[in-house]
Amino acid sequence: MTIATDPPKESFRLSMLINDTRYRSYTFQAIAVLALIVIFSILGNNLAQNLAAAGLNISYEFLGDPAGYDINQQPIPYDSQSTHMRASIVGALNTLIVAFLACVTATIFGVIAGVLRLSNNWIISKLMSLYVEAFRNVPVLIWIIIIFTVTANVFPQPRDFRGDNPTASMVGDAVAFTNRGVYVPKPVFEAGGWIVVAVFLASIAGIFLWRRYARKVLFDTGRIVPVFLPSLAIFFVPALLAYFILGRPIGLEYPELRGFNFQGGLTIRGSLIALWFALAIYTGAFIAENVRAGILAVSKGQTEAAAALGLRSGRIMNLVILPQALRVIIPPLISQYLNITKNSSLAIAVGYMDLTGTLGGITLNQTGRAIESVLLLMLFYLTFSLTISALMNVYNNSIKLKER
Amino acid sequence: MKTSVFIGALTVAGLSAGVAAAGTLDDVKARDMLNCGVTTGVPGFAEPDANGEWQGFDVAVCRAVAAAVLGDSTKVQFVPTTGKTRFTALASGEIDMLARNTTWTFSRDVDLKFEFIGINYYDGQGFMVPSALGVSSAKDLDGATVCIQTGTTTELNLADFFRANNISYEPVPIETGAEAVQQYLAGACDVYTTDASALAAQRANFETPGDHVLLPEIVSKEPLGPLVRHGDNEWGDVVRWTLNALITAEELGVTSENAEELAGGTDNPEVNRLLGTEGTLGEMLGLDAEWAKRAIMTGGNYGEIFSTNIGEETPIGLARGLNAQWTDGGLIYSPPFR
Repeated sequence: MTIATDPPKESFRLSMLINDTRYRSYTFQAIAVLALIVIFSILGNNLAQNLAAAGLNISYEFLGDPAGYDINQQPIPYDSQSTHMRASIVGALNTLIVAFLACVTATIFGVIAGVLRLSNNWIISKLMSLYVEAFRNVPVLIWIIIIFTVTANVFPQPRDFRGDNPTASMVGDAVAFTNRGVYVPKPVFEAGGWIVVAVFLASIAGIFLWRRYARKVLFDTGRIVPVFLPSLAIFFVPALLAYFILGRPIGLEYPELRGFNFQGGLTIRGSLIALWFALAIYTGAFIAENVRAGILAVSKGQTEAAAALGLRSGRIMNLVILPQALRVIIPPLISQYLNITKNSSLAIAVGYMDLTGTLGGITLNQTGRAIESVLLLMLFYLTFSLTISALMNVYNNSIKLKER
Repeated sequence: MKTSVFIGALTVAGLSAGVAAAGTLDDVKARDMLNCGVTTGVPGFAEPDANGEWQGFDVAVCRAVAAAVLGDSTKVQFVPTTGKTRFTALASGEIDMLARNTTWTFSRDVDLKFEFIGINYYDGQGFMVPSALGVSSAKDLDGATVCIQTGTTTELNLADFFRANNISYEPVPIETGAEAVQQYLAGACDVYTTDASALAAQRANFETPGDHVLLPEIVSKEPLGPLVRHGDNEWGDVVRWTLNALITAEELGVTSENAEELAGGTDNPEVNRLLGTEGTLGEMLGLDAEWAKRAIMTGGNYGEIFSTNIGEETPIGLARGLNAQWTDGGLIYSPPFR
């Protein structure tokens, strides 16, 4: 018969918090957290006290008051009687619009420049180096102002389009390039118009399904199903069929010179163009370097091994190089997207009414609520940035090295 | 107040410092330098000349205050401010006074906690258009693109005017007046709107001023005046009565030329009180007896300052209009020196 005796239970002593390695790190972490809390509460308390002493109280009530100013680019209906909150949202949407446009364009510029910089053609690769070095070494604010000033002075004024013998004319009677912006036709949806859009979106989903099917067939049977031509057909045919069957439900509204400006159509203002284009070429130069780095990071042996297996050069790029290069490209690309979003706050230089222009500019000025506005501004930008980085991380996870 | 240094670093930038500095007059005397906020450059009102010396109508007020307080009109540190930075600069104590064509409004006075010490220019918002447009009234501006300087009252007046007249417009907000003028001259906007005095001042600098007209509509009241922080009444009094001294001097016929002579004693007791030969007005302000004499001798009285900087003989060419003395049918009126 054996008597199982528990090992003598070690009683917990206070000194173990320091001396026992099991607890020591927790002790120091707890102390650090406490110190941090104390410091921040002192700072916050001091802020509150000083604000109270200055007769300023933190209050967000002003967000409900009428803004009283107008905004030129309104993604959602807005007038000067709308609230400061709505003005902020208009500004936030304008920020997102320019950030989205600039991210897409910068990626295109960057990928093209990055790939071409590795070209064997001496002139092309040097031209691309010139682009990269010229654009990423000059502050983006300067590019914004240069482009804005150039467009304001090079393109004709709307009044040059007037008269029997105008000095300027519209491109194809549809698009007008003026120093205030570009006026393009606007699609007008009649009854059934949205069905065409729905069909179009469905066919894009169809393309992805087709590609998945092609891949499955390839993996299951080893048979190669064509992808490019069927995708092209799925992209165009259903939408065009729906468009004609429903009796052309989407029309175009052309811009027309009336009064001081072109009216109707869609206006892409000079300020948006300057900001969009400047952010795109500036950040594109950085992305080009990321892309080049990504491609160079894949060792030459991979290409040679794939070639030895009998893969053609297009497939080597798509199946071997690119999946590995993307792993290197995507994480810094996320930073570049965040940079674009934050750099878009330079919009005020050209009078583009983004979040910094409305909430952090006019609203802040007219209400004098500087601290509240700046805190809210930080919250907005933080939300944008975290959202972008969360979305990009999802994509990054889907392409990153999967170890089995 | 050590922790408030941290707070200052945390974007609140010296709000607390503004509170701590209670006696601006003593601070200015101790520093032997007046920090005066002005514009980044409006011809006639505040602009550095070819030698880098600040000149102008608003600058003259700063110099007069420096002369009254420090006895030397050159002891002024001019701090250029934009429409956006001016109030923060004043509230934080970076500048002692702001003389920057700033409109006296209820919310700035009450909500932003500033003290407007008077009005040195009665202005109103106007519109400038190229004469080639053939526009004769602001009500014809339906659909026009309008350049405005952002962060000013003009934005709000503009929105109100167009809404009240039920006409549409496209605002182009610009950060500074100079950039707005460039956009206007490039034709990126049809109309440039700001205070009528500034329009006249900017137009004077155009290559062909004759090609641009000011529309007859004045859509707002813009009483412009210097301002100081709320809650420091002694300092507010010094600035207020320096301006009043300049105005009273014009009313009483005291000029930069005859001030010295009149300070010898006159039959007019108000002139004597103004110039410090009678009574103890200077002492009440915490200054010496000759404060007002020095202020007047710096750039002259209100009328002289007006005519040398923005009057009809200058390129700016503004008529006195509302800014004439009350005795001449204008609104410029100083409380008595008594």
